[in-house]
Amino acid sequence: MSTTETRYVRDRLHGRGERLLKSWETLLFVVAVLIFLINVWASPYFLDPWNLSDASFNFTEKGLIAFALALVIISGEIDLSVASILALSSTLMGFAMTHGAGTWELVLIGLLTGLVCGAVNGFLVSGLALPSIVVTIGTMSLFRGIAFIILGDKAYTGYPAEFAWFGQGYVWWVISFELVLFVVAAILFAVLLHATSFGRTVYAIGNNAVAARFSGIRVERVKFILFLLTGLMSGLAAVCLTSRLGSTRPSIATGWELEAVTMAVLGGINILGGSGRIGGVVLAALIMGMVTFGFGLLNVPGIVMSIFVGLLLILVIALPVLTKRVLNRKKA
Amino acid sequence: MTSILKQREVQLVLVILVMIALIALRFPSFVTADSLGNVFNDTSILIILALGQMTVILTKCVDLSTAATLALSGMVAAMLNSLHPDLPVIVLIAVALLTGAIAGAINGLMVWKLDMPPIVVTLGTMTIYRGIIFLISGGKWINAHEMTDAFKAVPRDDFLGFPVLSWLALVVIAIMAVALKRLATGRAFYAVGGNPHAAVYTGIDVGKTRFIAFVISGTLSGLAGYLWIARYAVAYVDIALGFELDVVAACVIGGISIAGGIGSVYGAVLGSLFLGTIKNALPVINISPFWQLAISGTVIILAVAFNARAERRKGRVILKKAEVAA
Repeated sequence: MSTTETRYVRDRLHGRGERLLKSWETLLFVVAVLIFLINVWASPYFLDPWNLSDASFNFTEKGLIAFALALVIISGEIDLSVASILALSSTLMGFAMTHGAGTWELVLIGLLTGLVCGAVNGFLVSGLALPSIVVTIGTMSLFRGIAFIILGDKAYTGYPAEFAWFGQGYVWWVISFELVLFVVAAILFAVLLHATSFGRTVYAIGNNAVAARFSGIRVERVKFILFLLTGLMSGLAAVCLTSRLGSTRPSIATGWELEAVTMAVLGGINILGGSGRIGGVVLAALIMGMVTFGFGLLNVPGIVMSIFVGLLLILVIALPVLTKRVLNRKKA
Repeated sequence: MTSILKQREVQLVLVILVMIALIALRFPSFVTADSLGNVFNDTSILIILALGQMTVILTKCVDLSTAATLALSGMVAAMLNSLHPDLPVIVLIAVALLTGAIAGAINGLMVWKLDMPPIVVTLGTMTIYRGIIFLISGGKWINAHEMTDAFKAVPRDDFLGFPVLSWLALVVIAIMAVALKRLATGRAFYAVGGNPHAAVYTGIDVGKTRFIAFVISGTLSGLAGYLWIARYAVAYVDIALGFELDVVAACVIGGISIAGGIGSVYGAVLGSLFLGTIKNALPVINISPFWQLAISGTVIILAVAFNARAERRKGRVILKKAEVAA
């Protein structure tokens, strides 16, 4: 005996509101608000505007790198050399400074070094079709190695006073130049990724590079541009960090590649490529910055914070797998 | 395929010999038996680590946490030694091996059971393991005078005119060479890396094989951890910082394909010896040790470009030329 059954097929899989509520970005936003509230509760000094402004330095420079790195990861590649590019840029700026370069020349040299390093990575990955993991492990040693050859165990100090503005200057009240740079970069990268045809090709390559090539996308050129961009943003971060610290050692920014990758992955960028949004990376930057600052106010040593970053990276990737598994078990 | 592989090892031997010969032209003292024995002894730890790393890379994974595992196992052994000086050294070595095995198993479990990309897992555990060293040691150093003499003596002890450290490396080389060639699990590493889908159909558990590879890598890192700390007689958080890059470099130079499935024990050993020779030659030819990082970076890039040339497949033709079609 069969009865007629009425089935409704929704014209959309998920409603707009539902999709928004279930999105990774919403979850991140809630987490960010929670961490903000915990910080307010844990330390009476947290809510001071100048303190918050100081806290922003914990993520602005890393965020600049993470935006570009996010695009590289979406395209299915990875760049582990970002921190070494930063070190080399900073070292060459210091080298130029000892030879009498002025503020603008220093900035130019920092950015150019980043671009050249990015071009080297891009050429090796897209020109010679080598796997980006090993290539950037290699350039990671090479770039920092050059910094060590130039500087050894010494340090560059005595940057021009004017140069300090990039890392220590304020545009208006507590709004630092770096924070403005961070916001502008976030907007530019969001537009590039989500509102241009170039951005669409990045997703296409990340989802299926072969299919992308067969549909006429110049995969190699896009990848080259992405590595170039990452180099440039690392150079920009080098300008900011060097200016903020006022000195350069070859070990500057050691381990930042881990933090930049974590920021991108925490922001919902799929480590296997093909999906993720810039908005998530912005939120992830805020979360990591606030946690680092909160730990700092509570006198937690730096290495414990790096445990936290490592755990975060693993948890963020493990959690979706685990929840999916639990949900599937419930269904069965 | 084997003929190409053989060529790579022959090439490496030739390159290393030429390098030694060139150095010998200016500095004859570098080629005395004593000095060359030293090169091998200095490279022993790198060889042990590279053989573990190689098993992982064969299965299409990578272990960036080897140096951190080394430091953690070494610190555990050193702390135990300074707290309980009467424990026999063999127990401490076992503890170091066990610590390494557990660290490797944690990596392997995440790759096996959670399907997580190995690069992310080991990038994460790399900082976590270092952080744990800080937590257990409180950031303090364990210095030579806090370790017992027996603990420090093992790697330097002489056995048939060779230091135990070198002997251990030779033993590990022999075991790995036999295991990878003759054991079913050894062959499975190649199968999993060469074609994971095909491996499943031949009845190989891909995840489990990768897990075993990580445990091997961890255990060897544990052994290396004891040897490192006993040899240099000091343990602290940043020991062997960045050494994982040298280990990966040794593998890549040795012709082990980062895409998995290709590589031999002798390749990994020769790759390590190549780096070891450079490291030992730099001070002899009066080049600052600060050059070393850049040199190994350059060598990694050259080696990977070289490997890719050997493995390159031709593209597919998707559009025939007009004349052919017409």
